Amino acid sequence: MKKKHLLFATGLTIITSILLYFLLTAIYRLPTSASAEAGPIDQLFHIHFGFIAFFFSLIMVFVVYAALVFRRRPDDETDGPHIHGHTGLEITWTVIPVIIVLGLGVYGTNVLVDITAPQPNEMVVKVHARQWSWSFEYPDYENISSAELILPANQPIRLEMDSEDVIHSFWVPEFRVKQDVVPGRTTILRFTPTQAGDYKVRCAEICGKQHANMLAPVKVLSDQEFTAWVDERLAQPLFAELTPEERGEIWYSAEGFGCAACHSVDGTQIVGPTWLGLFGREEQMDDGSTIVVDETYLRESILNPNAKIVSGFNANIMPPNYEQRFAEKQAEILAAEGVEIDIVEDLIAYIKTLNE
Amino acid sequence: MKALWYFLTSSFTRGLIGQAIFTAIGMTFVNAIRSVMGLEANAEPGVVFGALLGVFGFLLGAGVLTDWIKWIFGKETPLRHGPPQGKPEWTRYLNVDYNHKVIGIQYGYTSLLVLLVGGLFALIFRIELAQPGMTLLTNDQYNTLFSAHGIVMITAMLLGVGAMVNYLVPLMIGAADMAFPRLNAFSYWVGIPAVVLILAGMVVGGWDTGWVGYAPLTFRAPLGVQLFLLGFYVNGFSSIAGSINLIVTVATMRAKGMTLFRMPIFVWAAIAAAIIQMTATQTVGVALLMNVTERAIGLSFFNPANGGDPLLYQHLFWFYSHPVVYLFILPGLGVISELLPVFSRKPLFGYKWIALSSLGIALVGFLVWAHHMFVAGLDNSLRIPFMISTLFVAVPTGVKFFSWVGTIWEGKISLETPMLFVLGAISVFLIGGVTGPILGTIPTDMHLHDTYWVVGHFHATMFGGFIFPFFAAIYYWYPKITGRMYKESLGKLHFWLMVPGFWVMSLGQMATGIMGMRRRIADYDPALGVQNIHVLITLAAFVIGWSVLIMVYNLVSSARSQELADPNPWRSRSPEWQIPSPVPEFNYDVPFEVVGDPYDYGLSGVAYIRMAPASGD
Ligand code: HEC
Ligand SMILES: [Cu+2]
Ligand SMILES: [Cu+2]
Repeated sequence: MKKKHLLFATGLTIITSILLYFLLTAIYRLPTSASAEAGPIDQLFHIHFGFIAFFFSLIMVFVVYAALVFRRRPDDETDGPHIHGHTGLEITWTVIPVIIVLGLGVYGTNVLVDITAPQPNEMVVKVHARQWSWSFEYPDYENISSAELILPANQPIRLEMDSEDVIHSFWVPEFRVKQDVVPGRTTILRFTPTQAGDYKVRCAEICGKQHANMLAPVKVLSDQEFTAWVDERLAQPLFAELTPEERGEIWYSAEGFGCAACHSVDGTQIVGPTWLGLFGREEQMDDGSTIVVDETYLRESILNPNAKIVSGFNANIMPPNYEQRFAEKQAEILAAEGVEIDIVEDLIAYIKTLNE
Repeated sequence: MKALWYFLTSSFTRGLIGQAIFTAIGMTFVNAIRSVMGLEANAEPGVVFGALLGVFGFLLGAGVLTDWIKWIFGKETPLRHGPPQGKPEWTRYLNVDYNHKVIGIQYGYTSLLVLLVGGLFALIFRIELAQPGMTLLTNDQYNTLFSAHGIVMITAMLLGVGAMVNYLVPLMIGAADMAFPRLNAFSYWVGIPAVVLILAGMVVGGWDTGWVGYAPLTFRAPLGVQLFLLGFYVNGFSSIAGSINLIVTVATMRAKGMTLFRMPIFVWAAIAAAIIQMTATQTVGVALLMNVTERAIGLSFFNPANGGDPLLYQHLFWFYSHPVVYLFILPGLGVISELLPVFSRKPLFGYKWIALSSLGIALVGFLVWAHHMFVAGLDNSLRIPFMISTLFVAVPTGVKFFSWVGTIWEGKISLETPMLFVLGAISVFLIGGVTGPILGTIPTDMHLHDTYWVVGHFHATMFGGFIFPFFAAIYYWYPKITGRMYKESLGKLHFWLMVPGFWVMSLGQMATGIMGMRRRIADYDPALGVQNIHVLITLAAFVIGWSVLIMVYNLVSSARSQELADPNPWRSRSPEWQIPSPVPEFNYDVPFEVVGDPYDYGLSGVAYIRMAPASGD
């Protein structure tokens, strides 16, 4: 009689475990796997799904079974059997989980060591994160800088990541791996993209107002396509050969200094005022005064953003350290091309083009 | 009219007025000093100092400190007991009172109110998430709401733990009150200005850091972040004082014959939780204060620009904030273990194993904090040990599940509302439990970290480990507290709405997470293909919300019914059910003596306690 219930529930557990496993893999769908790391990681996922299906079924079947079968009749005032416990059982359901847990730990360690191990001939890409944009730099290719992450397929990649302000997190779901980008230190992430295609970096650590929109395009290309891209970028005119307006547009983009994350050029308000029609505009400041936007005001607003705050916007949002970062970039261009440029002038020139 | 007057002169109102006045004094003081120093007067340090002084003002105004101040001046302060003189009974619950049952109920209704507020925040941003694109809120409003939802719910759960342990533990161990009644009142009342600070933070600009408040993001957030951090900090006083009180009470005031292994199992859980509260809260307090001062006056701890380290904050923060999870679930699991034998008419299976597994969970809980930082930049040599320790949490948790199954197996089960909620809790906590190890192994966590998988997982652990058991406890002890019975049909309706609602919600959250839905985002990429699931989650959230309102209606309306409840409607062996309901002012007229085991159902003629004769030793 007692045995019967146990046998019955055990049978049910086995059946529901199997059903649940297939249900889980059908509903809990991982994104396409586009990196070498996704292989072992997805395998570990499936092992976990197996344990989830089994342990969930084990407890639920027995609980529901008991609640349905061992019901007290309303007029029955007597108690159930006086069973206090069973040391053998307690030891069993302590020891077996310990073994499973250790097994998972060892397996997990192996996978981790495997996917984080340095590879020969890694290609380094530097990742710079800031509120709220990403930019990528290729030290192996004369420091090309790009707002898109362009990678050759089947080439082991090492990302060296830093942040200019707060913590962000680099994640491309199709690659599976994730790593925070922490100001004040360089964090490393290794992976090998395997599937050509278009993906997105999605910032995974809350980083303020526009965290949701802190995305960057990722393109995985074939070898030839990648080489073609590199050549095209290297053939691009030197900064010295561009007009100030053209340079200003580069500085504005994520590839440059990422003003685009907060300022639009089409009239929409993001975090800061739009640049459309900015030059010559009459604006109210939050202390009640009004100003007309001219070159002096623009220079001050860029280099010392907290000096005047446009009414309706917040102070302390726009990065206050552009002066220093511009100086570094200018020195770099001076060393490489022998010309002195003024990034603020370029930006002002670009802003003036946005008035038509 | 009279009622309004009682309300306006209650500790509650006086406290709020005190808080306002002292905040103003603090701000003026700092601003005056700053203008003498030639600094900008209207600045953050003034707000911070004002906020802290305001908490003191609340306590002073409410009268929590009155007795202690009298002690300083050597005045007598007899511990006045009993209902207020010349005022209706209900005014007791709005005023400083030293009876542990009153304080427990104060904790309880405050917890429910705060829970409703936090739930409302969630419903608002769930509407936003039902569609991609910003439809209802701005990014700032969204960020403030989800951040506030987190900390408000944590506060609600802390209050809920306070409600259960305060009301139940002295009754269960046969004590007349807690060891330090005034400290007990302080622990409750100091939580109110903390909640006020957090809600005020939402008004003065809000904040966008989540409930974790990671530096250096806090240094760039709007002003509201300071009030949130301070509110969180002040909450800590409540935890530390409350836990010390509880530990002393259990250690020194147990009835004759109540050895450790003869205590009701809930008391074990309460002690394990109190140990965590007493030892871990200081760490988060320090971390929060460092965060506040670095932002307000430029001390340098966490900002790399000033030579600080952002990961230092995370270590300090999670050293508390991981164990705090167990602080919520241990009392919850204690309720499950307490109720199962009663509704199955069988002894608790493996009492000692369950008791010790609570301590085991508390202990292991201290060694796993870095799993919140698996992708923060720790070296493999550091994160691998934390992976192993994290996985080990599954072992004592498993012991509890198996022992629960052992308890109900072949029992004589009846499914009244409290038992339904206990079984619901087991199912939901099980979802939370089995979805944990996948976050514990680092390679899978690299995909799931900071996604909705985590959101689904911890909502399941919090609901299953705390909210469902808390509701079970409310229904179960409701006749004890009020002397009336709740309406069974409404209780069942609540259950049958909330359990499926919750399953859909958390399973849906996990599905979107694995597909690529990040946490804490105001808007999502329609290309992820998660929109339909989000609609389901939002609907489920509303079902849960309505079901909780049904419970509130049930609790309020049933309290007014004329019909008295049976003194021991569940035929429990526990001591609190052997005395009249509501419980008399001093609990037991005559002390009891423990003469058997607490859960000997099925063994006739053996009692757990015996009321000592009135003249007894
Ligand atoms: C993190 C967001 C953010 C970034 C990045 C950012 N800004 Fe701003 N910016 C703001 C905000 C907010 C304001 C409005 C508050 C103020 O006046 O300082 C502003 C104001 C301005 C103004 C004044 C606009 C007006 O209407 O008067 C200028 C000019 C400006 N920014 C230029 C730049 C340039 C150039 C860059 C890139 C090199 C940049 N900003 C990057 C947030 C940002
Ligand atoms: Cu970010
Ligand atoms: Cu982010």
